[in-house]
Amino acid sequence: MIKGKAIKYGNNVDTDVIIPARYLNTTDPKELAVHCMEDLDPGFRNKVQSGDIMVAGTNFGCGSSREHAPIAIKASGISCIIAETFARIFYRNAINIGLPILECPEAARDLRDGDQVAVDLTTGEITNLTTGKTYKAAPFPQFMQELIRAGGLVEYVKERMGAEG
Amino acid sequence: MGMTMTQKILAAHAGLDKVEPGQLIMANVDLVLGNDITAPVAIREFKRMGARRVFDRKKVALVPDHFTPNKDIKSAEQCRVMREFARDMEIENYFEVGQMGIEHALIPEKGLVVPGDVVIGADSHTCTYGALGAFSTGVGSTDMAAAMATGQAWFKVPEAIKFVLKGRLNKWVSGKDVILHIIGMIGVDGALYQSMEFTGEGIAGLSMDDRFTIANMAIEAGAKNGIFEVDDETLEYVKQHSTREFKVYKADEDAEYSKVFEIDLSSVPLTVAFPHLPSNVNTFDQIGDIPIDQVVIGSCTNGRLSDLRIAAEVLKGHKVHPRVRTIVIPATQRIYLEAMREGLLEIFVEAGAVVSTPTCGPCLGGHMGILAKGERAVATTNRNFVGRMGHVESEVYLASPAVAAASAITGKISSPEEVLG
Repeated sequence: MIKGKAIKYGNNVDTDVIIPARYLNTTDPKELAVHCMEDLDPGFRNKVQSGDIMVAGTNFGCGSSREHAPIAIKASGISCIIAETFARIFYRNAINIGLPILECPEAARDLRDGDQVAVDLTTGEITNLTTGKTYKAAPFPQFMQELIRAGGLVEYVKERMGAEG
Repeated sequence: MGMTMTQKILAAHAGLDKVEPGQLIMANVDLVLGNDITAPVAIREFKRMGARRVFDRKKVALVPDHFTPNKDIKSAEQCRVMREFARDMEIENYFEVGQMGIEHALIPEKGLVVPGDVVIGADSHTCTYGALGAFSTGVGSTDMAAAMATGQAWFKVPEAIKFVLKGRLNKWVSGKDVILHIIGMIGVDGALYQSMEFTGEGIAGLSMDDRFTIANMAIEAGAKNGIFEVDDETLEYVKQHSTREFKVYKADEDAEYSKVFEIDLSSVPLTVAFPHLPSNVNTFDQIGDIPIDQVVIGSCTNGRLSDLRIAAEVLKGHKVHPRVRTIVIPATQRIYLEAMREGLLEIFVEAGAVVSTPTCGPCLGGHMGILAKGERAVATTNRNFVGRMGHVESEVYLASPAVAAASAITGKISSPEEVLG
């Protein structure tokens, strides 16, 4: 079970504002986290606390394929992202690096900035602890559950390569 | 129910007779691509996987094009990581500065993609190669790492939207206008998780460069890939650039599409996308006087030879506006050389533009043309997000090479007709 406060953004949050290209000359997650969301919300760095949940509208993570974007969000302490929809490259990147994401339009629309939220990743149940309302995100297909269970694509491939000897 | 072009290619690469939208498959890839920003992360993950060799040293391509020639010490270190990996793994398709170009112009030019291929690249504009009738899509660094190790990638089989193109483009109207027009119509997530398939008799009138531009920006509509039906023009391009065998896939007659759009190319206007989304399109009947500070002509979207020819046709005999910095970036060394031989570079320099070595530089706000606070650029690039080309309060207007060149002369967003009549 994940618990944290909601930090809410709008539609079409692109990977350029999640981590501007001027900071892509490093691959260090800690360094990337320092500049996470900087061009959209300069106050993000100071308000984010470990476990917080990012909430957004449609097409979250559109634009560049830079994996630095979910890496920066994860390294900032965000435990989970709930959005109406995700851009597809961001979606697979998040799954691949083990950053939980949930598509749940109703929750994404209802949740307000600062609400306390609980998420059960195994059932996809989202609870707004501030209002008491619950929501259900669509479950992941089985293959993606396996990826998530393995701890991301690196571990999944490691297991497969190991199995093939 | 039949299959779309994309579904057929994916089925063949997954060893299946048939696939359906939504199905998750593991497919073999024909090429895995990375650049100086995404490859260093992929190399780290590749090592973390415990992989020792790449699955096929001929099927990995590494192109240092984003922050190159190295813009600072940190970028130089990133490039070194990639260069050393390429040497260690004996990667055949590593293109050093001097040989390289912007990856999505370079890879087709080198004949590394042919119709029917499955290509993944850790760069969102990898969808460009759909112009050749290949399935190609952008992925992240971890996907790139896994594919370098195993030769495979996982995909969710996409649905498709069909675009039936008819008629011919008017003078000065280009592939860039077509794709901006389409994105304006369907929105930046209008093709989310889907393929965009381009077909119809209108394709015949589009050059390969126009098709590369259109497929390149499929991602800007949220698409997984953009793909063109293969015709004589495609086959001629492939013959000139590659000796590899290939297979042409056509959509089944009864393939199912989530939507079908008919587009009359003769009715597509010159189109400019205003800040801060590629879908925020305007036509010249709506555009007033918008003064600009910079023009960029280049990128994986519009840095090919025909783009430079059009820009030169507009700029020839003119001077760029004294208030406008104009930066022209041929996308590859070969394009640079051909533009030099044709006298295009001389036209640019005479007009007061600068000509740069190939680089993605300004498009993503990396280097070679960063905007200050409040500055405004007309660019032939692909994204106009907040802060994309520099300061968070700068602005990017996306347009074709013809519009960019005309705007450079007048100092405001202008159509080529304004300059040349």
